[in-house]
Amino acid sequence: MNGEITAGAPGVMARAAAAGEEPSDDFRREVGGHADESGGDMCAASGKVLSVREAGHRYGDRFGCRGVSFDLWPGEVLAVVGESGSGKSTLLGLLSARLSTDEGSVRCQTSGGELTELATLSEREVRRLWRTDWGFVHQNAADGLRMHVSAGGNVGEPLMANGWRHYGQIRARAAEWLERVEIPAHRMDETPATFSGGMRQRVQIARNLVFGPRLVFMDEPTSGLDVSVQARLLDLIRSLVADLGLAVVIVTHDLAVARLISHRTLVMKDGQVIEHGLTDRVLEDPQAAYTQLLVSSILKG
Amino acid sequence: MGGQAMTLTDQRPASEPRIVYNEGYLDEQTKRAIRRALLKGVAIPGFQVPFASREVPMPRGWGTGGVQVTASIIGPEDLLKVIDQGADDTTNAVSIRQFFERVAGSASTTHTEQATIIQTRHRIPETPLAAGQTIVYQVPIPEPLRFLEPRETETRRLHALEEYGLMYVKLYEDIARYGHIAKTYDYPVRVNGRYIMAPSPIPSFDNPKMHMSPALQLFGAGREKRIYAVPPFTSVESLGFEDHPFEPQSFERPCQICGSEGVYLDEVITDDAGGAMFVCSDTDYCARTSSGTSTEGAPQ
Repeated sequence: MNGEITAGAPGVMARAAAAGEEPSDDFRREVGGHADESGGDMCAASGKVLSVREAGHRYGDRFGCRGVSFDLWPGEVLAVVGESGSGKSTLLGLLSARLSTDEGSVRCQTSGGELTELATLSEREVRRLWRTDWGFVHQNAADGLRMHVSAGGNVGEPLMANGWRHYGQIRARAAEWLERVEIPAHRMDETPATFSGGMRQRVQIARNLVFGPRLVFMDEPTSGLDVSVQARLLDLIRSLVADLGLAVVIVTHDLAVARLISHRTLVMKDGQVIEHGLTDRVLEDPQAAYTQLLVSSILKG
Repeated sequence: MGGQAMTLTDQRPASEPRIVYNEGYLDEQTKRAIRRALLKGVAIPGFQVPFASREVPMPRGWGTGGVQVTASIIGPEDLLKVIDQGADDTTNAVSIRQFFERVAGSASTTHTEQATIIQTRHRIPETPLAAGQTIVYQVPIPEPLRFLEPRETETRRLHALEEYGLMYVKLYEDIARYGHIAKTYDYPVRVNGRYIMAPSPIPSFDNPKMHMSPALQLFGAGREKRIYAVPPFTSVESLGFEDHPFEPQSFERPCQICGSEGVYLDEVITDDAGGAMFVCSDTDYCARTSSGTSTEGAPQ
């Protein structure tokens, strides 16, 4: 059972098991109280937001990523780290139904609270998920925003897409969220094209959280920003996640980002998950050789 | 609208060149293809049906879509009225009327009540349309979401999945910037509670006339190769927010020629010292009101 839950190289698991620790289970006991895995049936009203088993996506005859397994619970932040070309973004595309699941299974929680196989959803249902349940924060804010629509309009758009038809309410909600991400009220009617990089990224976050999603994907949300802005943004993301009980999958090549905001970390290399566990455990006591290399090369000093 | 090619040379003086056009200029296969598109458009009100737009003897953007639609529905017994911004006597309106007189053998009229087919650019006549009449709109940009979403593949998907949040973003921006919805022409409408449609650049003043109109409304976009339609007695609802509903334009003054109120007015510059007068845009309506001829069913 546990072997199924923890992704990654068998060696890692064997060592973890030998040490009497199963990192992700530990975490669940601490945070979510979801420790009961005895049923064996992953589907049954488990509260999981995402459940991934041996999933892979193929580009032609090569796999972009393969054999990924993990579960994600509400309130949990999962970091996916690895060097460029290691399959991080492919994995994110796979999880968010932008890329096909060519192997294995990706199940997500739908509005009924049950886990549904992504591949069986129609385009309409997938887009519905995007409107109501999922957010996606792009690395480049220009990809996730309408650069020539005002900040208020950008944040209000998901509400209008969800059927809000009262201007005053839309505007009030947008203003509330812009305030939450520290955009001054007097800039609400200016377009993101006139904003700094950090402000754009915050508008993008507001736009993705305003409709109350369950699950937010973030693709290197801080990588284009300078260090002080990065730290503030990570702080913001962390507090929003805690307040809202979101589940987040954050892709990053920066181990410092993973350490700051994530509970669990998945290390990828060559399209495979080579290590998976609590972030602190992975970074303090890396088991796989590649992770040791990564940690020693980045986190020194 | 028979399937037979008809020569028109016998109707013309012998001095004219003996060029033989098919009835309505387009060949029968083309007319059938356009009629199929029209039928589909009528069956799915507001849905943009792609069609193979043909060349007609005028430049794209001058009403080629409207001309093709008219050509495929007109017959010798039809009475055609053509208006350009409400006027029957502008160059484009006159030449399109003459074109159909020659190639379809149809008669022309300027009287709205008498016309069986009205081809229009940018206006709906003031005189209410009646059952049995067909109004053909010339459409430059058929896609209401075009300036918000440039990808055609994406806009078609948005229509298919009825995802119209984007359209409201445009209205939101107007209110945020100007305090009211500033769009005064080509104001987006929802047809039959389903598709959002561009009503062609008619003033928003005319939008209420489309709602439950007894006339058949056909839309042709020649350059963009789209046909769409609103069948008679179909709901056409202009978009708005609950707290900022749609408001058609209104005019405070009456027409300075005929004195009509509640009609759409054009500003006509009268001198180079800033003088201007406001007169009816619908020339037929204005002329008959000012001459005292009855205009049955005219707005009060």
